[in-house]
Amino acid sequence: MIDSTPRAPGSKGVLADTLEQDAPLGSVQTVGEALLENPSVSCRDVAVHYGDKQALFDINLDMGTNEVLALIGPSGCGKTTFLRCINRMNDTIQGCRVSGTIKIDDEEINHADADVVSLRSRVGMVFQKPNPFPKSIYDNIAYGPRIHALTASNEELDQIVEDSLKRAGLWKEVADRLQAPGTGLSGGQQQRLCIARAIAVNPDVILMDEPCSALDPIATARIEELIDELRENFTIAIVTHSMQQAARVSQRTAYFHMGSLVEVGSTDQIFTNPRQRLTEDYITGRFG
Amino acid sequence: MTAYLIAAIFLLALNGFYAGRNRARSIRVGSRLNSLPQYHGIHVALWCGLPALILLVLWVSFEPVVVEALVQASLSAEFRALSEDQAVLAMMEIRNLAQGISGVQTNLPYAEDAATMLTRLSRIADYALVASVAVVAILGLGLARSHITLEFQARQSVERVFNVFIFLSSAVAVMTTVAIVLSLLFESFQFFKQVPLHEFLFGLKWNPQIAIRADQGASTGAFGAVPVFSGTLLIALVAMLVAGPIGLASAVYFSEYARPRVRDVAKPILELLAGIPTVVYGFFAALTVAPLVRELGLELGLEVEARSALAAGVVMGIMIIPFISSLADDVITAVPQSLREGSYAMGATQSETIKYVIFPAALPGIVGAFLLAISRAIGETMIVAMAAGLNANLTANPLENVTTVTVQIVVALIGDQEFDDPKTLSAFALGLVLFAMTLILNVVALMIVKRYREQYE
Repeated sequence: MIDSTPRAPGSKGVLADTLEQDAPLGSVQTVGEALLENPSVSCRDVAVHYGDKQALFDINLDMGTNEVLALIGPSGCGKTTFLRCINRMNDTIQGCRVSGTIKIDDEEINHADADVVSLRSRVGMVFQKPNPFPKSIYDNIAYGPRIHALTASNEELDQIVEDSLKRAGLWKEVADRLQAPGTGLSGGQQQRLCIARAIAVNPDVILMDEPCSALDPIATARIEELIDELRENFTIAIVTHSMQQAARVSQRTAYFHMGSLVEVGSTDQIFTNPRQRLTEDYITGRFG
Repeated sequence: MTAYLIAAIFLLALNGFYAGRNRARSIRVGSRLNSLPQYHGIHVALWCGLPALILLVLWVSFEPVVVEALVQASLSAEFRALSEDQAVLAMMEIRNLAQGISGVQTNLPYAEDAATMLTRLSRIADYALVASVAVVAILGLGLARSHITLEFQARQSVERVFNVFIFLSSAVAVMTTVAIVLSLLFESFQFFKQVPLHEFLFGLKWNPQIAIRADQGASTGAFGAVPVFSGTLLIALVAMLVAGPIGLASAVYFSEYARPRVRDVAKPILELLAGIPTVVYGFFAALTVAPLVRELGLELGLEVEARSALAAGVVMGIMIIPFISSLADDVITAVPQSLREGSYAMGATQSETIKYVIFPAALPGIVGAFLLAISRAIGETMIVAMAAGLNANLTANPLENVTTVTVQIVVALIGDQEFDDPKTLSAFALGLVLFAMTLILNVVALMIVKRYREQYE
């Protein structure tokens, strides 16, 4: 199924044709292995409207256990919107409607009666810009366990805080100043604090929305290592604009374009041998 | 006459504007001017009008002094023999005669002559004024117009004048404030000469007697301001107990829960509360709320006075709800959306997010809003004047009547009194302490709000 149409490399005209003729809004057929056996998260016919404007078109995509799925694509292609469907964060946006079926461990979460509070305790999220609460480091981590009443004693809570910080690789740096404000840490430390906060409630899935876009390369490398370690215990989806990052941390990659899922496959295959011209144009840097 | 002169100067300056602009246009042909013709016009108008206006102002303020000095110098030794007070009176009579005020009786033999001289000198001075203003204005116009060349920097010149103008404007505002504070300080000093400072600040009895005549002996009352300030604080406390929770809750509703359409309609209505004149609140308090409070109290078997701190405080609280609600709404809205999302993403409900994340983040701003509202409550006059009472009653019971600083200031200045009477002067001392209190509250509030702003920007 490799694209066989001959064309001159770098030809802009061909790309424009592709966008206009082959890919009008919402008509793109997904190429590749979107569905899995025993998925951790499974999405069927997921569509999102913001008011009258449709932002996502019939997305069918599974996330496997203990794998990192990278979502790539040009700005405004819907990858963040898709990510926010999985923990129903789109509920907080006025006029946003999500249709379709989203199951986490075979439990439907995208209907009005689903318990959003417990869903979000099972699906953690890390945001583009580190957003520690204006509280102490300790209270930041303890936030989730406290509101979900996960602990019976202070000792247990101390243990969770310590474990979470250790798993996020931040313990050594902050062990002696747990009561210092979380906002006083460096950008990279803040982002690891947010990851520690997310894993403190022991979720099944962690969603990451460009977690390194506000960080320097060293802090980025640190987070990428961390993502690789976390893969053992969590299902992870990461939105990224960095092709190198997607290649480094993910096992599967999904390419979104103008609200459609164009291609999904193993990261190796997507980056070495994309089947869709759109995917190839994007990863070779012809646009995006 | 001065008004005609001012109008004439303005007309001349307007003429100068057109003259300057037209000249600039006429020399511009084929080459580039440093400044647009309008700037040259404004420059000429300023040169024409400003010196003339300044001359006019100086002349008008010094002319009478100079003219009268000349008249006095010409008077005989008889005038010089008068005492200072008598001399002032004599000058007054001469002035009245000169102005032709009918029915002026004088027994000074030289008054008629002096009045004639005063009139004559004044007329000469007026002619001289018109002439010199005209000369200055026309000279300024001509000079400035002849200065117009291609290179002349009219923009920069106008800019300098503008700088001076805005500096003077702000100086007027600042100097007025300083003058008010100085006047408060000076009059308070007069008061503290008669009533010791410690008695005023720590005395427990406030009973300023009215001195009907200056020679009345027992005109000094008790000037212990503690009951007055305790009454003020009691009413402010009641007001904050009403306005704090309601204002904060409505701020949370409008910023976090209300749909945009509801907010667009309901918020302006709430803010309308701030636009109701306080005198309306005052009679609402005195005629509606106070009897209601009294009846409710009687039902419960409580002794409530007809005018109570509770009634005044409740109505004042209603008045300051929009203050708190509006300011708190702003600071809550300013809490970054990313913090809300972070909390929701942890599985927190909306009220948990507000309680644990938004309030702590917005706390400094909310405290600032409260402090500003308190200083407003302390300074409020009309409601308490109508509903709280006049008796300086040292009590913590909101069902009794109390009085406030502002009410006592009103009382001290109403009616005919000796101006150097301690009762009258006490208004300045009360005002000074009130000013100090609200100033401190405002400064603290602004510092807190400022620190809060720096946290997110």
